[in-house]
Amino acid sequence: MTPIWTHLVLNLGQVAFILVFSPLVEGVLHRIEENIQGKSGVSIWQTYRDIWKLFGKDEVVSEQSTWVFRFAPIVAFVMPIFVVLLIPAFTAYPLFFAFMGDMVAVGFLMAVSGFFVALAGMDTGNIYAAVGASRTHMVGFLAEPVFIMVFFSVSYVANSTIPYFVTATWGASWSNMLQPTHLMVILAFFLLILADEGRIPVDSPAGKVEIAMIGHSKGLEYSGSSAALMKWGGASKLMVLALIFVNVLVTPWGLAATTQWTAVLSAMGLVLLKLLAFVVILALVETTLAKLRLFRISEFLAVAFVICLFAVSIRLVGIT
Amino acid sequence: MMAPVSAIMLSIDGSIAALFVIFGLGVMVSRQMLASLRFFMWQASALTASALALAYALQAVNLLWVALITFTTKVIAVPLVLRWAAGEEVYGRREVDQAMGIPASVLVAAMLALVGWFAVAPVLPTLHGVPFAAINLPTGLIMVLWGAFTVAVRRESVAQLMGLLIMENGAFFGSIAIVHNLTVIAEIAAAVDVPIVALVIGLLIRSIRRVTGSTRVGTLDKLHER
Repeated sequence: MTPIWTHLVLNLGQVAFILVFSPLVEGVLHRIEENIQGKSGVSIWQTYRDIWKLFGKDEVVSEQSTWVFRFAPIVAFVMPIFVVLLIPAFTAYPLFFAFMGDMVAVGFLMAVSGFFVALAGMDTGNIYAAVGASRTHMVGFLAEPVFIMVFFSVSYVANSTIPYFVTATWGASWSNMLQPTHLMVILAFFLLILADEGRIPVDSPAGKVEIAMIGHSKGLEYSGSSAALMKWGGASKLMVLALIFVNVLVTPWGLAATTQWTAVLSAMGLVLLKLLAFVVILALVETTLAKLRLFRISEFLAVAFVICLFAVSIRLVGIT
Repeated sequence: MMAPVSAIMLSIDGSIAALFVIFGLGVMVSRQMLASLRFFMWQASALTASALALAYALQAVNLLWVALITFTTKVIAVPLVLRWAAGEEVYGRREVDQAMGIPASVLVAAMLALVGWFAVAPVLPTLHGVPFAAINLPTGLIMVLWGAFTVAVRRESVAQLMGLLIMENGAFFGSIAIVHNLTVIAEIAAAVDVPIVALVIGLLIRSIRRVTGSTRVGTLDKLHER
């Protein structure tokens, strides 16, 4: 097989990797959280079962809704797949689609998904979905500057916005890894994941009271295969963000340096272990913090923004 | 002129400085008294780590003493003293009153950080041969400014004490890079001041609370007729 075909196959392998393992990542996260809370917890395979069950069910769609409502689950499902084509999931070298877009494109694709899901929430006429959509936009509006600052500081350090080059820059030496800018960007991006994914302290993913929901109320009207796509897309998005966090920022090593299958498979195993460590930390954070009141979320994101501002300022004033 | 130190040690100290700043920010933005105290303890731990890193890199035995004294006084003694002197306020109170909202405080903190960096910039060339000064000195000055700001905007005496303590941490963080061969007795004298300050202010807080029923010193600017 020529290198270009190998790279294409590996790139598509990244998509399969996300689709296969993202429900598992979510299942493990739920299980660990429930174990920490002293519950026995559901099986780590529960998300697979939920998705399978939902695909087998009939779908009910409001007569008042438009094409946006039907289209949004497809966008929510597809966008993480586009993103994973651009980021290093298990290879250290750029793959076939790596130069199709940079980190700004990653942010754009995520924003498109969020935009359509929020629009679909308002499209149904369900009051809770509309409230959730507007709250999500409030959080998104506050998170946007942080996203931009993270991209800016990362690209400023790596002299590139292509995720593969950023990985190579951070992983080049220990002194690069231990730069204060790097540490601050890691922290800011983690806070951003908590906000963007609707995790505690910003939102409670396990919450059942509609009036208190932020992001999760947008999908209340979905059923059947659309609900399955929303669930699978949500799990894929979490895994993609976790992959960016672990492979690009925190541990930019252990990725396959060659196209040999043994190297690729061992890199996949290592990446899954990294994700497990990430999930444990996320579960610990979620179970030790309390949910913030709605108007305190701006304080949370203001802190993330200032941390990013520091990251850039430190580089500007030459403290390495 | 001192011997050059390795890039990795500079990076390690830089990372510790980043943590030091983040924990200082935590003290500033915490709405809960206990969280503020915990951030202070983490910040003092970062100061200890920086002293240890500098002791190793510069082969300065005195900095090992600084690390030991800092950890003992700030991470262990200060919380114990505060628990004894103002335990109810530190461990019981949920939220802290302040004159300025958290987002505005955070933005002011960012501005103060820039002021700190630019204030130190003219001094740094004169310390060209002193390793770590370019990291520790601006970081320390930023923390001194943030501490002063915290004292100004917090309306709670315990929270104001936290501001004083992070100012002291900042002064130590900057000074260990410039002066790392002070005699141990001077280090002890400087460090023992901290629990004493905590004790004095703690007792003051207790007596304010006994008279007014609260530690909200921001409301004490008006005279009350009995």
